[in-house]
Amino acid sequence: MRIKRIIPQTAIDSIPMPDVPDLALMDPLIEKYKTRKGNLIPLLQGTQEIYGYIPHEAFLKLNRETGLKLNEMYGVATFYAQFRLSPAGKHIIKMCHGTACHVQGVTAITDELSDLLNVKDGETTEDRIFTLETVACLGCCSLAPVMMIGEETYGKLTPKEASKIVKEIRRNEKLMENAKS
Amino acid sequence: MNKTTVIVGLGSCGLAAGAGKTYDEFHRIRQADKIDFEIKKTSCIGMCFREPLVEIIDETGKYLYGNVDVKRVDEIIEKHIKNFSPIPDYIIESEKYKSEDASFFDGQVKITLRNCGHIDPESIEEYESQGGYEAMRKISNTNMSPEKVIQSVLDSGIRGRGGGGFPAGMKWKFARNFTSDKKFVICNADEGDPGAFMDRSILEGDPHSVIEGMMICAYAIGASEGYIYCRAEYPLAIKRLNIALDQARKKGYLGENIFGIPNFNLEIQIKEGAGAFVCGEETALIASIEGERGMPRRRPPFPAESGLWKHPTNINNVETLANIPWIIYNGPEEFAKYGTEKSKGTKVFALTGKIKHGGLVEVPMGITIKDIIYKLGGGITGDKKFKAVQLGGPSGGCIPEYLSHTIVDYDSVNATGAIMGSGGMVVMDETTCVVDVAKFFLDFTQKESCGKCTFCRIGTKRMLEILTRITEGEGRQGDIEMLEEIAHTIKDSSLCGLGQTAPNPVLTTIKYFRDEYEAHIRDHKCPALSCKKLLTYEVIAENCTGCMACAKGCPVDAIEGEKKQVHNILQDVCIQCGVCFTKCKFKAIRLS
Repeated sequence: MRIKRIIPQTAIDSIPMPDVPDLALMDPLIEKYKTRKGNLIPLLQGTQEIYGYIPHEAFLKLNRETGLKLNEMYGVATFYAQFRLSPAGKHIIKMCHGTACHVQGVTAITDELSDLLNVKDGETTEDRIFTLETVACLGCCSLAPVMMIGEETYGKLTPKEASKIVKEIRRNEKLMENAKS
Repeated sequence: MNKTTVIVGLGSCGLAAGAGKTYDEFHRIRQADKIDFEIKKTSCIGMCFREPLVEIIDETGKYLYGNVDVKRVDEIIEKHIKNFSPIPDYIIESEKYKSEDASFFDGQVKITLRNCGHIDPESIEEYESQGGYEAMRKISNTNMSPEKVIQSVLDSGIRGRGGGGFPAGMKWKFARNFTSDKKFVICNADEGDPGAFMDRSILEGDPHSVIEGMMICAYAIGASEGYIYCRAEYPLAIKRLNIALDQARKKGYLGENIFGIPNFNLEIQIKEGAGAFVCGEETALIASIEGERGMPRRRPPFPAESGLWKHPTNINNVETLANIPWIIYNGPEEFAKYGTEKSKGTKVFALTGKIKHGGLVEVPMGITIKDIIYKLGGGITGDKKFKAVQLGGPSGGCIPEYLSHTIVDYDSVNATGAIMGSGGMVVMDETTCVVDVAKFFLDFTQKESCGKCTFCRIGTKRMLEILTRITEGEGRQGDIEMLEEIAHTIKDSSLCGLGQTAPNPVLTTIKYFRDEYEAHIRDHKCPALSCKKLLTYEVIAENCTGCMACAKGCPVDAIEGEKKQVHNILQDVCIQCGVCFTKCKFKAIRLS
């Protein structure tokens, strides 16, 4: 059932939460949707667009300024797959588990990446570079098996290729980090 | 003399295959070498297996090139554009030359996809040059009454393409008959079936056709507001829809007194779905637009009476709406020429799985499944044995090879236990295990069940548990009967289409492949050699080089043997994880 997506409190506690986000960023969004009918989902989508997830404080602000009930917002946020209640990694790996990808063996690829990154479906790596997610269908069935990292789609994958791509991204991230420090 | 034109296919599939880079490369070389030719973009033509696709039109005709990656751009410009000598090796189809793969287009009839892959989807002028918005002009110029429009849709015989197969004209009639100060028209673009992508292709390739279809519907039922409910996972479709809506507004095609029809006002906006398969169901979709959890409501009242914010609402799927302008413009009898007695027109299928030529095909109703797979699709990958085809996604069912003469129409497909659905056609060969496929779909519906109806919520979970233990060799006598019993209970006691159809993949696979279920349960064997836990892994001595790769990978140290010596797998230690099989570079691990 869908609502199982609620993250257990212990898992939330183990994630290093960033400091209280700059809530003023939400003002134009609230202004735009405040009086519209059916605004709950666009408001949550907009908030996630800003912060990459929906921070606890953002729920409270929405409640204060739009009058939307907290329980209703939380109910909707945990129902739809799109919403996150904790920050995701810098790169979100979406593994397509559509029918075509399944028949072409995507499970082995997801397992490989899961081992490589030491995370399960929906989890974020310790270095916060990757979040691994399985999704229903990316609609590129003839390129199956497919994964999407950011805006980039990678098709006709093998476990080896997929881990090569991920390692490459991680290496670049580390290089950038080193250059900064 | 007309300028040579290069048209690059930039649909999602094409972009994933690298068409964006191809497009940029054409631009770069044109700039650098100062060559005079035009570059245009279009969307998906359906031939996904040869992406990226490039069409070149010069004074000698049209040439469709396949697999044009960045490296080939230079060669094509040099030979074809500069020196007028086309490169036969890369051409799929031209007026003089036809490659083997061009058989993909034979037998297709393009009504829904009439403009996809031919026009620039971001240009309203190109849509209009192909007869776009002529249907609306026809309604306006000939003073066609809403009743007459509905009659045309009824006469065409078009049935809902989203899965239900309910006659579209009837739906419109119901919505027309309820009086209200406000009515809504909704386009259902929440295409969630894993393995179906025809709606995405239409929205990306010809967004105006859907908008025009919505206009005609709004006029017919008397609606003044429209919503397009589109999956957020389709960013390119949303982008192109927004462009199209802006263009239509600028031209005055949306707004007030549209096309000079007095009091015909319409505004359309896009609602992004937030990722829930159940929202493809009309009442759940309405709940989602209203900002609630996407849970289905009890019917009646049907949306035609009390839909969005309790106003009469008509919901059609993308593919249905894209057909409407064509029907109004060309007349219902033209549409009804195609198809069978009870299923008129054409249907778009997404052909995927173990098939040589995967892609989007549009065929007249009445063609056999076999013809789609072998004539258009080129047969099974690697010429393996064709086993079954899954029609209709998680709500549909498996049709076995011996029924592949079944014709494609709503009633014939239903008779097999599958459904036409939105048109996903996943081909399976002898290496696909049907029990595993049934488990895959149940896993999907189980996760996507909204939880409102008890039998759908708990029943799918119990069925998944049984299927899981069968594929892991723990199946018990009586499991098949138990599956059937739960399946029928779920079908009988669920509110919406998700629950009512969720058990279909299990029921059809039991019906046609009962022996495979029995082999799993009784003999602990997977005939397709697909269920990992039921396999034994052995080393083929003559292929083994003793490289140790498998032994290093084995998580339980079940592989013994020294370097450069033939290895051996200790069967009583092995946990059938399959790592050795994937690690071996010499095909020295055998499954049995």
